[in-house]
Amino acid sequence: MDLAAIVGLNVLSGIASLVLISLGLAIIFGMMKIINLAHGEFLMLGAYATVLSTNHGVNIWFAMLVISPVFVGLVGILVERTLIRVLYGRLVDTMLATWGLSLFIVGLVTMIFGNTINGVPTPLGGFQVGAYRSDLYTPFLALVALLLLCGVVVVLRFTRFGLIARATMQKPDMASALGVDPDRVYMATFGIGAAVTGLAGGLLAPVSGVAPTMGSAFVAKAFITVVGGGASILAGTASASLLFGSINQMGSYLTTPVFGEVILLVAATLLIRVLPEGITGRFFRGSL
Amino acid sequence: MIRTVLSLRVTLLCALGAAVLAGLAPQFVDTFTLLQATVFVAMAVLALSLGFIWGFGGILSFGQAAFFGLGGYAYAVGAFNFTDSTVPVILSMLVPMLFAALLGYFMFYGRISNVYVGVITLTVTLILFNVVNSTAGDAYRIGSAALGGFNGIPSVPGITLPFTGYAFAPEDDWYLAAGCLIVVFVGLKLLLASHFGRVVVAIRENEVRASLLGYDPRLYKLLAFVVGGGIAGLAGCLYTLWGAFISPTIFGLATSAQIIIWVMIGGLGTLIGPVLGAVAIQVLVTEIGGQQLLDANFVLGAILLVFVLVLPAGVVPTVERGVAALWRRGRRGRPGPAEAPAAHPLPGKALS
Repeated sequence: MDLAAIVGLNVLSGIASLVLISLGLAIIFGMMKIINLAHGEFLMLGAYATVLSTNHGVNIWFAMLVISPVFVGLVGILVERTLIRVLYGRLVDTMLATWGLSLFIVGLVTMIFGNTINGVPTPLGGFQVGAYRSDLYTPFLALVALLLLCGVVVVLRFTRFGLIARATMQKPDMASALGVDPDRVYMATFGIGAAVTGLAGGLLAPVSGVAPTMGSAFVAKAFITVVGGGASILAGTASASLLFGSINQMGSYLTTPVFGEVILLVAATLLIRVLPEGITGRFFRGSL
Repeated sequence: MIRTVLSLRVTLLCALGAAVLAGLAPQFVDTFTLLQATVFVAMAVLALSLGFIWGFGGILSFGQAAFFGLGGYAYAVGAFNFTDSTVPVILSMLVPMLFAALLGYFMFYGRISNVYVGVITLTVTLILFNVVNSTAGDAYRIGSAALGGFNGIPSVPGITLPFTGYAFAPEDDWYLAAGCLIVVFVGLKLLLASHFGRVVVAIRENEVRASLLGYDPRLYKLLAFVVGGGIAGLAGCLYTLWGAFISPTIFGLATSAQIIIWVMIGGLGTLIGPVLGAVAIQVLVTEIGGQQLLDANFVLGAILLVFVLVLPAGVVPTVERGVAALWRRGRRGRPGPAEAPAAHPLPGKALS
């Protein structure tokens, strides 16, 4: 019983971390149809922002929840203005450019902070489930993931910006004819996607080693989740995270964490063969 | 048609020249330079594999490093288990080809877009890295070869010829690598001039039209992908031979990115471009390794960014176009044929 509770908690944590690391990517992919290969580096920048500000005496909650998203969001807007905008409509070139950006950022951070692993202590304590111990940070991550998903629903469904964003997502030229400037919508989208990624990076800083190359540990899962989920931001991320998070954690529990990842990849490849446009290409069509 | 035959003749002549140069090289350069040249040549073979499937097949594989690494590991494992090198070398191509066939089946028969192909191949490479990284300890042995996890496999046996039992010296490795590069280059030229090659290019140009003409794009893409996987595996074998060592780092993002950069700066839709790009970037990376100020990733990322933004066609096609323009200007005034269409379509158009 206790073991079941702990495994359940692990599955929950797997799902939550998938939501966190892939939501920013999914926002950008869903709105602009581009894959940001520098996604892992955005996560890394978010984590660095948290570690550096905490080490300089800033409250860790403020660092994670405010400084990281704001900083990475600004970086995102800068990238969109200087790089992405030039390559609109050239999907493959955008991928290549963001990959170049990813190497560039890794190199830059290595040059500034060195190739060392930093970290911050995990806030919140632990709790006891029968014979097992777990820490409170995991349920907190799950809560934040849930709040983020709710936030996406609220923004897209109930705000004016959400209406404009959805319109641009469906038919950019029609939205443009009705007086919306798609250019600005894309800029805001990229900034928001980057900010969400930065927040995820900040939140993951206490539970992972913060190093210049940490991004590559996350991007594989994030890409699988977004590709598996398909074009809908919310339904895609949620369903793919639910599916892949459970598969990954159960696989890890039954074998090793690494083979859990392999099982995840095999499942995703099979899924792509059956549903080439992702889960939301077939089910929940037209959802958010 | 006449152009193709002519271009094939030129290729064969150049290949002959390259073979003579390669054969004479050990007389003129010291062993250290020769060793470095060997690894550059191995990387040029790897560049050709992506140059073929991306530049001519239009398949954007971010995961050539996976086939490269699999080839290297297949050779290393085979070399510990067999007395001569015939089987290990065959394995180094066969294993990546089988893996490419399996992966390609899921990707191409699922008819996923180019962007998804890029993402999936990249993901596969990253996960292979994690898997091979975790194979430390005695539980992970294949025959008498320990996979060694993060530490990799040291002192991999070199090439031993069957029957005679002759073991290769570093000079022989150079001959082998240079020979492989020439054979792969000429082989790809011939393949591209064949019916199969033309269909592959036709599918890159317009998939719908090609399938309306009765060619199954899925099958041709899959075959091209498998050929690319085999060549990358051969490159992995040459690389392992060069260092007598292989480790999971070659599955890393850095390797995948470098392959893309070689092909990108050399020029899509050419074979000589990727070769030149590989050698140039390898020389540059070696230079960067000798100093402290700049990080290699930083420079490579900047190069990739600049090329995507400023020169997406790559160096070789741009130079070719420039020469062609000068040639036309030189002939202006005399009556001549109408302007010939550009020899290489823009990659942006071809790949979209």
